[in-house]
Amino acid sequence: MAEVLVVTSGKGGVGKTTSTAALGAALAQTGQSVVVVDFDVGLRNLDLVMGAERRVVYDLINVAQGDAKLSQALIRDKRVETLYLLAASQTRDKDALTEEGVRRCIDELREKFDWVICDSPAGIERGATLAMRYADLAVVVTNPEVSSVRDSDRIIGLLDSKTVKAERGERMEKLLLLTRYNQVRAGRGDMLSIDDVLEILSIPLLGIIPESEEVLRASNVGAPVTISNPSSAPARAYNDAARRLNREVVSMTIPTERKTLFTKLFGRRAA
Amino acid sequence: MKLLQLFQRRRSAPLARERLQILLTHERGSDSPSDLIAILREEVLAVVTKHVAVDPDRVEVKLDRGAAVSVLEIDIEIPNLATREELFGERKGRAA
Repeated sequence: MAEVLVVTSGKGGVGKTTSTAALGAALAQTGQSVVVVDFDVGLRNLDLVMGAERRVVYDLINVAQGDAKLSQALIRDKRVETLYLLAASQTRDKDALTEEGVRRCIDELREKFDWVICDSPAGIERGATLAMRYADLAVVVTNPEVSSVRDSDRIIGLLDSKTVKAERGERMEKLLLLTRYNQVRAGRGDMLSIDDVLEILSIPLLGIIPESEEVLRASNVGAPVTISNPSSAPARAYNDAARRLNREVVSMTIPTERKTLFTKLFGRRAA
Repeated sequence: MKLLQLFQRRRSAPLARERLQILLTHERGSDSPSDLIAILREEVLAVVTKHVAVDPDRVEVKLDRGAAVSVLEIDIEIPNLATREELFGERKGRAA
């Protein structure tokens, strides 16, 4: 039985696509079957971050409109066997995605995968509401910064009112993924602390991803950070978060880069 | 003194936190769950006025989101000894 997870935030540029790719790869590396689905119609990027931009033939809209079979549109990852991508379309037609089309597509994905991870576009428009519409749980990606926290609060409100689960009167599970966290600046009092954000948003913490150049490096080479450099600090943080998604109890730490010569060499070899 | 000022100026996170808390308290009341709050307000008022006369302007409905549970706070001011019969007797008579 699949779990449908939406990665959402309201604000753009906080790390939804990075987190979708990293969590998807981390879950797939445990042997579970995972599909990451890009809902950002017109501005797709998950294909690029996954390094599959030249392999997209059919996309989510083709499947939702019945123009292509799901099996034709799914792109299998070349590094992790159980990881698949369903790309978004580059069409400019905002209304190309319909609620019914998305529902059918998600239902079909549910039968084939253990995890269906929906990468939401920024904003609160159609794409964002459709990405969360059929989700069983939500990962709210937030930076420790005022505008991101405000937008996350807004998205939490939408998750509690506009999803099928919420409309049925069921509780929508929402988990906070704090990204681009800088412990030094938070410690100095220059950045909202983990406790500040948790107190304001009042949802459980899934993980803390430290700010790291490894994230940019991963997107440069077109690989989820959990694949490109599994021993890096953000990759370890994402792996911990993925284990928590699997209901494992993992103590909450903020990984830091290992600086010894041994781990540097080891890290390179692992990448 | 200068050193102290420098130190105080640096700590911007507490201000961010305070601004957010004030802003979000406002926005949560007037945002998406407002449909729910408006519906609850109307329906609760309908039930209560069946038995007790209340001034609709003296009814406050608030939803506070918490970690484990959210708290729905319904604040209804009831005038002393004002039962439906006493306050609405006159209106009933007029309707009849």
